[in-house]
Amino acid sequence: MYKYDHYDQAMVDTRVAEFRDQVERRIAGKLSEDQFKPLRLMNGLYLQLHAYMLRVAIPYGTLDSRQTRMLAHIARKYDRGYGHFTTRQNIQYNWIRLEDAPDLLADLATVEMHAIQTSGNCIRNISSDQYAGAAADEVVDPRPFAELLRQWSSFHPEFSFLPRKFKIAVIASETDRAAMRLHDIGIQIIERDGEIAARFYAGGGMGRTPMIGPLIRDFVPIGELISYSEAILRVYNRYGRRDNKFKARIKILVHEMGAEKFIAEVEAEFAHLRGLNIDAPAAELARIKAFFTDPPFEAGLPDEIDRLDPDFAVWLDQNTHPHKRPGYAIVTISLKPIGGIPGDASAEQMELIADLAERHSFDELRVTHAQNIVLPHVRKADLATIWGALAEAGLAEPNLDLVTDIIACPGLDYCSLANARSIPVAQKIARRFADQQRQRDLGELKLKISGCINACGHHHAGHIGILGVDRKGVENYQLLLGGSGAEDASLGQITGPGFDEDGIVDAVETVTETYKTLRADGERFLDTYRRVGMTPFKEALYG
Amino acid sequence: MKILTGNDLKTGDVVWWTGESWSRHVSDAAEVGDNSVDVIAIEEAARRATAIYEVAADHTAGGILPVHIKEKIRATGPTVRPDLKLAPADPAAGSWVI
Ligand code: HEM
Ligand code: SF4
Repeated sequence: MYKYDHYDQAMVDTRVAEFRDQVERRIAGKLSEDQFKPLRLMNGLYLQLHAYMLRVAIPYGTLDSRQTRMLAHIARKYDRGYGHFTTRQNIQYNWIRLEDAPDLLADLATVEMHAIQTSGNCIRNISSDQYAGAAADEVVDPRPFAELLRQWSSFHPEFSFLPRKFKIAVIASETDRAAMRLHDIGIQIIERDGEIAARFYAGGGMGRTPMIGPLIRDFVPIGELISYSEAILRVYNRYGRRDNKFKARIKILVHEMGAEKFIAEVEAEFAHLRGLNIDAPAAELARIKAFFTDPPFEAGLPDEIDRLDPDFAVWLDQNTHPHKRPGYAIVTISLKPIGGIPGDASAEQMELIADLAERHSFDELRVTHAQNIVLPHVRKADLATIWGALAEAGLAEPNLDLVTDIIACPGLDYCSLANARSIPVAQKIARRFADQQRQRDLGELKLKISGCINACGHHHAGHIGILGVDRKGVENYQLLLGGSGAEDASLGQITGPGFDEDGIVDAVETVTETYKTLRADGERFLDTYRRVGMTPFKEALYG
Repeated sequence: MKILTGNDLKTGDVVWWTGESWSRHVSDAAEVGDNSVDVIAIEEAARRATAIYEVAADHTAGGILPVHIKEKIRATGPTVRPDLKLAPADPAAGSWVI
């Protein structure tokens, strides 16, 4: 894991002190809310439906046990005993007191964490593959590059006031586990003829105008990662629309300008920047890389696992993933218990997960964009023990990538921008499909729910997506089919008129039942949908 | 009727305008009539509450409640966490008039 150097620590500590002063001035009346709001937002502090809400960054989703325990401590001391893991690999606390926020941030800074750039029109937390450093299919660990980008983008003076927020994801395998092409910039680290390089996509995004980012450069030498990123940001900063908030994201610029012209602009800027030597020296990248070397894996570990307990066997098949090293596995801890709140974890659960990571995963854990937690490096021999501990804490739901592994934004239960609640819909659907046999029979099915058009719950990218809308003051839900945030990225299409809260649960079931009658051997729901199209589903839904 | 809601500046707690002060309980809310703009200006300056806005409300069997579901949830807490609702006589909720 990356460790702060004294620059990193000094920056974060200074920011805490600065914010402490700003909070004092706000409470003393020296700053009005209009003056204070942009300052608190720069520190991740929102004012939401019930209280102040703090969003804490988890860079590329990687945590150690000390940090996770601190997240639990914050939940307990400053909040109401829980936190919400988000689709951007962050954690949100819903009940923060303004007067406590400086102390909270000071506590957070002791474990090299902060809430800087988790809001506002700047470059946000860089997200990545939750299996980074552990997956068998990656070219290299993408996190050193994500860390380099984090350092470049932190307090970047030119990019602190962009036309709009800016989100970057970095992956390093053909399988996309980070919804890379739905980011403002998506970077895929590749290897060609023995050389590591970066492939750039730009102009993806969700929100009210979802777009899949087009490829804008197939090969950027890795030593020019920053120059090329800077070139994109400069073109965006210059031409991005500031006249209309809804047209201000880079996706609109790329779309309106056309990818070809956009690429030409970026290339011109890149040519200019190339001469300026702004990339980090190779020694700095090497310094960062040294923090991400493999932990001391043991050789010669057995691959056999005792599958005698049928419940364990189900969890094993569903929630573990092949590791790059023999004798090891990647474990996903589902934060989607049936009837629970997707992505929420209590302080006690966080502490348990921290203990398991410390004991069984070289002190590392990850947060996934699907709002789950990963133990990346677990000895297969330890899996049964881990499963037992998780089961006791209600964390052993064997539903990874199944219909009840639902992504849901906070919706109207917490969010002041919402049109409808997301969480109760997720809970009802999970209960309807609670039967494990039934879930597994339906196979991979990514269901994603947003409480408004902002799409924090990735509904456009759901195999089945649900969007909450306000119909004359009543919650209503639109159904979308055929989206994907993976390497086969696509945007879901709306089926037709929306449904009420119970109707949407029935509608999802109608869709899955229709799929069962139509599927060919080995087809996931998404494959069947792509083969047969919307019509049979529409007929089943609206007859 | 029209009532005012905002957040307690220091804690962020949702509060309702009682006519002279702020309460955490929507049942204490008072009709603000045509005075919203003035009250908001005075109260924002007084720094007790922030992000103040007007909402439509009704007298219901359960007391005063906002008309729209968003402010209903604001008044009563997340529907998915009944354990976090503000109990009327909950001493842990703190002094309820600020
Ligand atoms: C409750 C406080 C939140 C607020 C006020 C908020 C606000 C917004 C807004 C306004 C947008 C649309 C931006 C645009 O289209 O330009 C957005 C997008 C997004 N938010 Fe949130 N959000 C909140 C919580 C969350 C949570 C809890 C998650 C994760 C579960 C999240 C993840 C995202 C993602 C992934 C997008 C789409 C990204 C994109 O279009 O590039 N947000 N959010
Ligand atoms: S999608 Fe809408 S309702 Fe959901 S968290 Fe984002 S802004 Fe709030």
